[in-house]
Amino acid sequence: MVDQSITSLAKKLRAKETSSVELTQDFLSRIKQFDGQLNSYITISDEIALAQAEAADKKLAADDNASLLTGIPVAHKDLFCTNGILTTCASKMLNNFVPPYESTVTSRMQASGVVTLGKTNMDEFAMGSSNENSHYGAVKNPWNLEKVPGGSSGGSAAAVAAGLCVAATGTDTGGSIRQPASFCGITGLKPTYGRVSRFGMIAYASSLDQAGPMARSAEDCAHILQSIAGFDANDSTCSDIATEDYTASIDAPLDGLIIGLPKEYFGDGLDNDVATAIQNAVKEFEKLGGKVKEISLPNLNLSIPSYYVIAPSEASSNLSRFDGVRYGYRCEDPKDLMDMYKRSRGEGFGKEVQKRIMVGTYALSEGYYDAYYLKAQRIRRLIKEDFVKAFEEVDVIMGPVAPTTAFGIGAKTDDPIAMYLEDIYTLSVNLAGIPAMSVPAGFANGMPVGLQIMGNYFSEAKLLNVAHKFQQATDWHTKNPSLVEGA
Amino acid sequence: MNWEVVIGLEIHAQLATKSKLFSGAAIGFGAEPNTNTTLVDLGMPGALPVFNKEALRMAVMFGAAVNAKIGMTSVFARKNYFYPDLPKGYQTSQMDHPIVGEGFLDITLDDGTVKRVGITRAHLEEDAGKSLHEDFQGMTGIDLNRSSTPLLEIVSEPDMRSAKEAVAYVKMIHSIVTYLGICDGNMAEGNMRCDINISLRPKGQAEYGTRTEIKNVNSFRFIERAIYTEIERQADILEDGGKITQETRLYDPDKDETRSMRSKEDANDYRYFPCPDLLPVELTQEYVDIIRNNLPELPTQKAERFMREYKLSEYDANVLSATRAMADYFEKVAEIAGNAKLAANWVMGELSKYLNTEGKDITESNVTSEQLGGLLVRIEDNTINGKTAKSVLQSMWEGEGSADQIIDAKGLKQVTDTGAIEEMIQGVLDANAAQVEQFRASDEDKQKKMIGFFMGQVMKASQGKANPGKVTPILNKLLKG
Repeated sequence: MVDQSITSLAKKLRAKETSSVELTQDFLSRIKQFDGQLNSYITISDEIALAQAEAADKKLAADDNASLLTGIPVAHKDLFCTNGILTTCASKMLNNFVPPYESTVTSRMQASGVVTLGKTNMDEFAMGSSNENSHYGAVKNPWNLEKVPGGSSGGSAAAVAAGLCVAATGTDTGGSIRQPASFCGITGLKPTYGRVSRFGMIAYASSLDQAGPMARSAEDCAHILQSIAGFDANDSTCSDIATEDYTASIDAPLDGLIIGLPKEYFGDGLDNDVATAIQNAVKEFEKLGGKVKEISLPNLNLSIPSYYVIAPSEASSNLSRFDGVRYGYRCEDPKDLMDMYKRSRGEGFGKEVQKRIMVGTYALSEGYYDAYYLKAQRIRRLIKEDFVKAFEEVDVIMGPVAPTTAFGIGAKTDDPIAMYLEDIYTLSVNLAGIPAMSVPAGFANGMPVGLQIMGNYFSEAKLLNVAHKFQQATDWHTKNPSLVEGA
Repeated sequence: MNWEVVIGLEIHAQLATKSKLFSGAAIGFGAEPNTNTTLVDLGMPGALPVFNKEALRMAVMFGAAVNAKIGMTSVFARKNYFYPDLPKGYQTSQMDHPIVGEGFLDITLDDGTVKRVGITRAHLEEDAGKSLHEDFQGMTGIDLNRSSTPLLEIVSEPDMRSAKEAVAYVKMIHSIVTYLGICDGNMAEGNMRCDINISLRPKGQAEYGTRTEIKNVNSFRFIERAIYTEIERQADILEDGGKITQETRLYDPDKDETRSMRSKEDANDYRYFPCPDLLPVELTQEYVDIIRNNLPELPTQKAERFMREYKLSEYDANVLSATRAMADYFEKVAEIAGNAKLAANWVMGELSKYLNTEGKDITESNVTSEQLGGLLVRIEDNTINGKTAKSVLQSMWEGEGSADQIIDAKGLKQVTDTGAIEEMIQGVLDANAAQVEQFRASDEDKQKKMIGFFMGQVMKASQGKANPGKVTPILNKLLKG
C-alpha cells in the first residue's frame, strides 16, 4: 500500500478497502520504523494527522465529490509555515518557531483534504544540494544509506522514495526539487515562477523560489499541482493566468513532439552512465513519436556565477528578519543590542547559511553592486533569452538533472565548487523562471538517474503529459529501494 | 566673512490611507501596541508585501500638484539595515525609479517676491515601528503599529538660501499635501517631519560647502530655529579655520542646539536592491491624466481667486489660503456675512488673536465659521457696532452661544432712535456744563480736538450701544447751542 499512487489509493479509499485512518497509521508506523535510519522528518505531527484522517474518512463517506487528495497522507518541506506545527527551516534559528498561520500551499492542500504526517528535513533555509546542511542532521538516501538524497528538499525526496508518505511538497530555488527527486528516483515538478504562491513559504531567494510537488509519478504531481497552483492575492509575484486541468490531457499522444537536446547538457563533467541513461530515455521518446533536435543554450555555464550572486544577495536581505528580536533563537544574556544581533545570528545560523549571507552582503555593497548584482541580472536576461529562442523551435527540452547520481555523504562537503557544480543543469531553469521536471529514467552504478524535462512558461500540463506518457511506457518510477520492498 | 547658507530639505509626509503601504492593517494613532499589525508588519517568516494602490494614487496627485514628471515605471527597493523596530531588517523604499521625478513649486516670501524651489523627487516608502525605552527597566519595548505606514519622502533641490525660505517652502508643501487631502499635516504627531541639509559657502563661491543633515524636525518654528543655530555653529567653525564634518545631527529644542548623531564614517551601507517580492509599478498615461485633471484647487490658485473674486490684497489672500481649513473657514464666514473684506479682517484680526493666545489651529477654534459669520451679519445690519462686536466675540469664544443669543441676553442692540439719542446727549452736556462752556469759547481747531471727549462720554453713557453715525450730527448740533 505504501508504494501506491494517489489515484489508486483514492480508489481504495472510496471502495472502503482501506480508510484514511488506517493508511495514516501505516505510514506513521513506517516512519517510526525506518526514519531513524533516514532522518527524513524533522517533526511528525501524528495527532494532527490522525484527526485529519478521521475528518477525511467522514468526508469520503458523506461527499461523492470529495477531492482526490482527500485522506491521502503527505508531508511538507519544513519551510512551509504550518499553523500550530513547528516550522524550523532546518535551522537552530527557528528551532522553537510555531507559526500562527498557514502557507497558501499547505492551506490549499488542507482544503483538498490531505493528511499532514509531518515536516520534512532539508538543507538549512533551502541552501544546499545534499541535505547535509541541516541543524537536525543529514538525510540518508533510501537507495544507499551511505549516500546523500540531494537537496535542498532531500527529506521530502527520501520520504517519498522510502514510502514514508504518499507525496510531499518541496521548493526549488536552483534545483531543490529536481535534484533530490533525481537522486532518490521519484518524480518532481518545479512549476513556472509565479504559478504557485510563495505566501507562508520561508524565503531563500524570492525571485527564484517556487514550490512544487514531489511524488511517485507525474500523475500524482498533477493532482497536487491542481490543488496548489493559481492566483493568490497575498503574493504580488503570483500569476493571475488561469490554471489548467492538469490531468485532462495527460494521456494525449506525443506524436510530432519536438524535443530539444542542448549540446551544453551533454558535455564535459557528465557521468558516462548517467549520459547513457538519458540517451536511452530520449530513444524511448522517439518511439513514442518524438522528434529530436539538437539545440544550444550557449550561456549555460554562466548560470552558476549568476545564480551564486543573485540568490545569496536576496538571501542576505531575506534572512535579516532573523535577528533574535521577535521570534526564533536569541542568544543567552546579550550584553547589548549589537551583541544580541551578532551572537543570535552567529549561533543560530549554520555555516553554509552564514557563508551565503556574507557573499550576498558583499555583492550588494556600495562599489560592488554594479560588478556583481547588476552583471548577474544581465546574465540572467541572456539565459532567459536562450530559452525563449529555443522554445520557438522545440516543444520541450531534455537533459540530465545532475551530472552524477547521488554522491557519498561527506564527499563534497569540503569542496564547495564541486558542490555548486552539482547544480549546473538545474540553475538556469530558475533564472529563466520556466517549469521543469525530474522523471526517473534508469540507474547508474545502482543509483537512480533523473531525466530533466523543461518546458515553456506555464506549460505544466504539457510537461506532465510528456512525463506521464514516458511513465506509461517505462517502469523506472515504480522501482523501490529495498526498504520498501521489505515492507 | 560673508557666508551664504545653502539648504535642501527632505520632507516625510505620512499618507492618509486607511490601511498600510504593504498590508491591510489599519492605521491609527494611539492604539494598543502591536495591535494594528499583520504578519507583514511584524516581519514574520514567509509573509509577503502587497502594495496599497491608494498610496500610489496619492503620490501621483502630489506629483501632478508640483509640476513633476511621473515615474511611469517605478520600482520598490530594499534599504537594508538592522534596527529592533525595523522588523524585516530592511525598509521597502524606492531608489533608482521613484514614483515622482523632477518638479518645482513657487513660494512667496515675506517681501512679496516669488521664488522657485526645485523638487528632485518624491518616493514612496514604509515607516518603521517605534522603540519604547521607558517602562521596561533596562530593556526596550517594540511597538510595530507604525510599521509599514506609508510615507511620501519629498526631496528638494538645495535651492533655499535662508531659514525663512526653508520655512516658506515647508509651509507650501504642508499646504499642498493638506489641500490634496493626502496627509493630515499634523506635525506634532510626526505625520509630517523634515530632514534639513545645510551647508555654508563664502558668498560668490560656486561649489557647495560640506553639509550636515539635521534629522526629524517636526514644527515650522523648530525648523527655523534649528537652521539658525546650525548656521551659527558652522560659521563659528569656519571662521576659526576649521572644517565641517559631514554628519547627521539632531536638533534639541529645549537647549536650542544641534548635536552630532553619527558621522559619515559610521553611516550604514544600505545595500539597496530592487525588492524581489514586489513587481515594478507600471502606470498608464490615462491613469495619470485622470488624476491630473481632477486635482482640487491648490493654495496658489486659491489665493489668486481670493484676490480676483473678493478683491483681497495679495498678503490677505496668501494668509487665508495657507491651509485648506483656513480657506474653507474664511469662505464660509464671507458667504454668511456677505462682505468678504470684513470677513477677512475679522478672521485674520480678532479671531486669530484668540487662536494665537491659546495656540490653537483654525480647526480647533472655539468659534465656528457659522458663528463668526452670524456676528458679522449683525455689524453689517447695524444691530451692533464694531466695538460691541468684539465683546460679543469674546463671549462667543467663552461658549455663551450665537451672536444673536449674546446680543439679546446682554441687551447690546444699538440705539438708533434719534429722540432717545438726543435726550441722552443733552443729559451728558448738562452734566459737563463747564466743558461745554469751554468748547463754545474755543476756535474751530480746538473744538475738533474736544469733540472726542464728548463722543466718549456719550458712548459711555449709552454703554456703547449708541450708533456713532447717528450721534455725531446731533452732538455737533447741540454743542453749538
